[in-house]
Amino acid sequence: MADAKFLKFDTLSLHAGQRPDPATGARAVPIYQSTSYVFDDTDHAASLFNLERPGHIYSRISNPTVAVLEERLAALDGGVGAVCTASGQAALTLAIMTLMDAGGHIVASSSIYGGSRNLLTYTLPRFGITTTFVNPRDLDGFRAAIRPETRLLFGEVLGNPGLEVLDIPGLSTIAHDAGLPLMVDATFVTPYLCKPLSFGADLVMHSCTKWLAGHGVAIGGVVIDGGAFDWETSGKFPTLTEPYAGYHGIDFAEEYGPAAFVMRARAEGLRDFGACMSPMNAFQILQGVETLPLRMKGHIHNTRKVLGFLESEAYAENGSVAWVTHPELPDHPDHRLRAQLLPHGAGSIVSFGIKGGREAGRRFIEKLALFSHLANVGDAKSLVIHPASTTHAQLDAEALAAAGVGEDMIRLSIGLEDCDDLIDDLRQALRAATKA
Amino acid sequence: MDLTVNGQSVYAHTGGRPFDPALPAIVLIHGAGMDHTVWSLQSRYLAHHGRSVLAVDLPGHGRSAGAPLSSIEALADWIVALLDAAGVAKAALAGHSMGALVALETAARHGERVESLALLGVAETMPVHPDLLAAAALNDPSAIELVIGWGHGPRGHVGGAAAPGLSLVPGGRRLMQRARPGVLGVDLGACNAYVRGGEAAAAVSCPALFLLGGVDRMTPAKSGKALAAKVSGSEVIQLSGIGHMVMTEAPNATTDAFSARFSAR
Repeated sequence: MADAKFLKFDTLSLHAGQRPDPATGARAVPIYQSTSYVFDDTDHAASLFNLERPGHIYSRISNPTVAVLEERLAALDGGVGAVCTASGQAALTLAIMTLMDAGGHIVASSSIYGGSRNLLTYTLPRFGITTTFVNPRDLDGFRAAIRPETRLLFGEVLGNPGLEVLDIPGLSTIAHDAGLPLMVDATFVTPYLCKPLSFGADLVMHSCTKWLAGHGVAIGGVVIDGGAFDWETSGKFPTLTEPYAGYHGIDFAEEYGPAAFVMRARAEGLRDFGACMSPMNAFQILQGVETLPLRMKGHIHNTRKVLGFLESEAYAENGSVAWVTHPELPDHPDHRLRAQLLPHGAGSIVSFGIKGGREAGRRFIEKLALFSHLANVGDAKSLVIHPASTTHAQLDAEALAAAGVGEDMIRLSIGLEDCDDLIDDLRQALRAATKA
Repeated sequence: MDLTVNGQSVYAHTGGRPFDPALPAIVLIHGAGMDHTVWSLQSRYLAHHGRSVLAVDLPGHGRSAGAPLSSIEALADWIVALLDAAGVAKAALAGHSMGALVALETAARHGERVESLALLGVAETMPVHPDLLAAAALNDPSAIELVIGWGHGPRGHVGGAAAPGLSLVPGGRRLMQRARPGVLGVDLGACNAYVRGGEAAAAVSCPALFLLGGVDRMTPAKSGKALAAKVSGSEVIQLSGIGHMVMTEAPNATTDAFSARFSAR
C-alpha cells in the first residue's frame, strides 16, 4: 500500500492554515483589520456564541489573519491547535491561567528567560501560584519538587542564558508519572530545529517575536496544544474536565477531546484576560514564518563560523575570550543530548566570557559596530547583550549564580549578515576592549 | 450522558443540553477508531435546534466500555439497543464512514426505528488494503498515519480550518492515537468484511442524504453516488475539494445539510 503523504516542513511554512482568500483570490494572507464580523442572522449569531458553528465574532477571541498564523504554527509543531497572544509572556501567562487556580504550583527550570522568571517568582505568587526552580540538568530535583498541588513542569529547550539542553524525554516521563503536563518554551530553536511535542512535551510556547518572525518588527506569542495529555485520567485539571459555568456548562475534555486545552485557552483566556495578537502583527510574523527554514539554515551556518572564531580566541595564548559555550561544542555538558534533540543545529545564541570581566564587557559592547546592543534575540540582524545588567538585572547574586549568569558573560544572537563581516566586528571589538 | 446497553456502560454526548426523549432524536455515529468528538459542532447545533442528540461512543471507543463489535450487522443491532436504553422509539441516524455503514444497515434491518439517514463518506463496500489491516491489527502507528494521510483531502492537509486555530491533520492523528489498542483493527476488519451495502440500500425506506467529499480517496464520491442510486428517493450533496473527513473538513456545509433536514424548530 502506498505510504500516506504529508506536506513537509518547508511547504507548511508557506501554506499551512491558508487558502487563497475566497472573496478576492488574494494569494497573500489578507490583513483582516476588523474588530468584529457581521452575523448572517440572529440564529447564526447565537450559533457562533454557543460554539455550534466555527467562525469569528470579535477579534479579541479570534481573527482570520491571526487564525492563519495559529494554524500554521500548530502544523509546524505538530499540535492540534494554537492560540496566538500579544507576546510570549502573554502565552506563558495564558497557559498557566488555563491550567490552574490559586494554590497551584509549578516546577520550573532555573535557567529561563528573565521575564518568565520574574512572572513566576514575583508576580504569580500575588495570585496564589508559586514556583519551585530546579537546575535544568537535575531531573531528580524536578521529581523531588513535585507536590500534590503541582500542576505544571516548565522549561526552555535551550536554557537562557546558560544554553543548557532540556532533557525533554526525561522530564516528560517525570511529569507524566505524576499526572502532570510538561510545557516547553521553544523560542530559541523554533520547530525547524526541535519539535518538543515529538519528544514528549504536552504544550509548547514561543515568543514569535524572535526567530519565528526574524525581522524584529512585531511582538507576539503562541501556545500550542499537543493534544496528547489525558486531562481526565490525571484528575488534576477541573478547568478542563468539569462543566464551566462561564461558557454554557461546557466540559472541554468531553466536548473537544484532544483539543480541550486550546479550546478553553481561547474561550476563557482570550475572552477574559484579553491578551490577543493584533492582525497586523500576525501578518508581519507570517512573513517571517514563510522564510523560517531558509533563515534558520543561515543562522546555524553563521553561528558555527562565529563559534570557530571565538574558540580560536579562547585557545590562543593571548586571546581575549575566557570561555565559550554552545551546545554544539564537544565540551558542552549536554552535547550528547543536543545530538538527540537538536540534530540540525542548536540555535544561534552563543554565550562567552570576556577576559577582563564586567568592565571589558562594557567596552566590548560599545566598540561593536555591526552587532546591535539591545534586549532581544532571534533577529535577522546580529545582536548582543550583557545579561547581568539587563535581562537578568532583577536577580540577586544568588539567583544570578543559580541561573548561570556570570558578570563576564556576553550573549550574542547571531544574525544573517555575511559571517566574515560578523567575525571582523567581533575581532576588532575584542581587541579594543582587551587593549584598553 | 451514561447509558447501559446490553449490560455495558455507554457514553453519548448530548450536545450541551439534557437528553429529552420527548423530542425527535438523532444518533450521530463516528467512524473507525474515532469517537463522539468528531461531531462536536453538529452535536451542539442540533441539540440547540430542537433535537435530542446522542453522539455515541461505540462499544470500546471513547468513554464507552466493553470490546469493539466486529461486524457492521452487530453494530446495527447495537444501535437499536441504544435507542431502547434511551427510551427512543424512532430516531434519525447520521454516520460517517464505518458509522455510515452502521446507519445504513440499521435502517435496512430495523426500518421501523429509523426516521431518516445522513451518510457521510460512504460506499457500498469499504475494502481495506491488507497492509493497513495488518498494521492496525498489530497496533502499528503506521495504520493511523495511513488513515489520517489518505483520509484528508489536499485542502485538509493545507488547512484553513473553519474553527480558528485548530489544525485538522494533527487533530485527527491525536484522536485516533487515543483509541484503545486493537480498536482500529477491529473496526477496519468490520468495514472490510461488510458486503451487504447494496442489499441494505435497496431495503431502506426512509429519506436518505448522502454527503460526499469530492476528493475523497477512501470512499470516492462516485462510489457513494452508486450506493445512493440504490436508495429510493435519496439525495446527494457532493462537497467540492473535501476529502473523507467530511464533518471536520467541511463543518459548516455539514451543519447546513443537517439543519435543512434535522432541525426541529
